[in-house]
Amino acid sequence: MGEVLVITSGKGGVGKTTTTANIGTGLAALGYKVVMVDTDIGLRNLDVVMGLENRIVYDIVDVISGNCNHKKALIKDKRQEELYLLPASQTRDKSAVTQEQMKELCQTLKNEFDYVLIDCPAGIEGGFKNAIAGADKAIVVTTPEVSAVRDADRIIGLLEANEIKNPKLIINRIRPDMVKRGDMMDIEDMIEILAIDLLGVVPEDEMIVVSTNKGEPAVMDKTSKAGQAYRNISLRITGEAVPLMHLESHTGIMSKLRKLIGF
Amino acid sequence: MLQILQKIFGVNSPTASKVVAKERLRLVLLHDRTSIPPHVLNSLKGDLITCISKYLDIDERNLDVSLTNTDDSVALVANIPILKVKQYL
Repeated sequence: MGEVLVITSGKGGVGKTTTTANIGTGLAALGYKVVMVDTDIGLRNLDVVMGLENRIVYDIVDVISGNCNHKKALIKDKRQEELYLLPASQTRDKSAVTQEQMKELCQTLKNEFDYVLIDCPAGIEGGFKNAIAGADKAIVVTTPEVSAVRDADRIIGLLEANEIKNPKLIINRIRPDMVKRGDMMDIEDMIEILAIDLLGVVPEDEMIVVSTNKGEPAVMDKTSKAGQAYRNISLRITGEAVPLMHLESHTGIMSKLRKLIGF
Repeated sequence: MLQILQKIFGVNSPTASKVVAKERLRLVLLHDRTSIPPHVLNSLKGDLITCISKYLDIDERNLDVSLTNTDDSVALVANIPILKVKQYL
C-alpha cells in the first residue's frame, strides 16, 4: 500500500508543479513506483513541465466520470521506467470532480503505486479541497516572501483542520546572497514563523527555467543545485536522513573575518 | 560606525529588510490565525446568550461580541448590557 502526498502552497507561482515534477522523477529514479496527479483542472501544467503534453489522450475527469479506466489514462514518463502522469482536464473546471471521487481515485492509485503525488491548484477553494481529500500527508511549498509565507500559514491551518497532520515544508527559490545581506528571510526565520518540520530547501537556480523549457525535470541534472536539493528531498521522503546541502559555493573572506572577531 | 561595520560584515541590522518582513509577518499571522468566520462568531454569540441568560437578564439586541486586534494581542470583547440580575434565595 502506497502513500498519497499532496503538494500545496496556497499562493500561486511558488513552485508546486516544479516540485511535484522533480520529486516524482526523483522518487522514480530511486526505484519507486510513482504516479503524479495534476488536479489543477482547467489550468493544467504538470504535463508541459514533464514534457508529456503531446501524449495526452484521456485525463482525470475521464477517469473519474468513468469514461475510461485509469490505466488507460496514465501517461508513462519518457525517461523513468516506473513514473506515470495522470493529467488534469484543460476544458473543464474544478467542479467536475468531487471530494468523494478524489478519495476513491487516491485509494485506487495507492494500491498500485508506492507514491501518489497530488499537484494541488493555488487557492483554498474547491480545487484545494479536492486535492487534499485523499491525501495521507502534505508538503507545503513556500518562497521566502511575506505573501507566500502568509498563505503557507493559512494552508497549514486548513490542512490540520482537515486531519492532515504534520505537513512538511519546502522552502523554494532561496537566494543565499540575499539571505547573507539580510534582505531575505533565512531558513530559521521561516521555520520559526510557520512552526512545521522542514523537508528541504531549494536554491534559486536558472537551470529550473532551462529544464522547464525542455520539459526535463532538473532533478536529473547533476550540475544543478536545485536538482541536488530535489534529490535530497526525494531521499528524505523515503525516510533517509540527508543533511541540508550548503547553499553557498564558498565561504568568503568576510565571513571568516567575522568568525574571527566573533561578530 | 556600528552600522558600517554591520554592513561590511553582513550582520543584520534592525533595518535589514528581512527583519522588517519578519516583524510584519508576525503581526499579520497573529491576526490571521485568530480570525473567526462570521457564522462561527454568530454561533458563539448564541451560546454566550444562552449561558449568560441562566444567570442574568440581558439586552440581547444591544449585545456586541467581536474580536479586537491590538498591536500584539487579540482579545474577544463582549459588551453585554444587563437588564436585571436574577434574584436567588
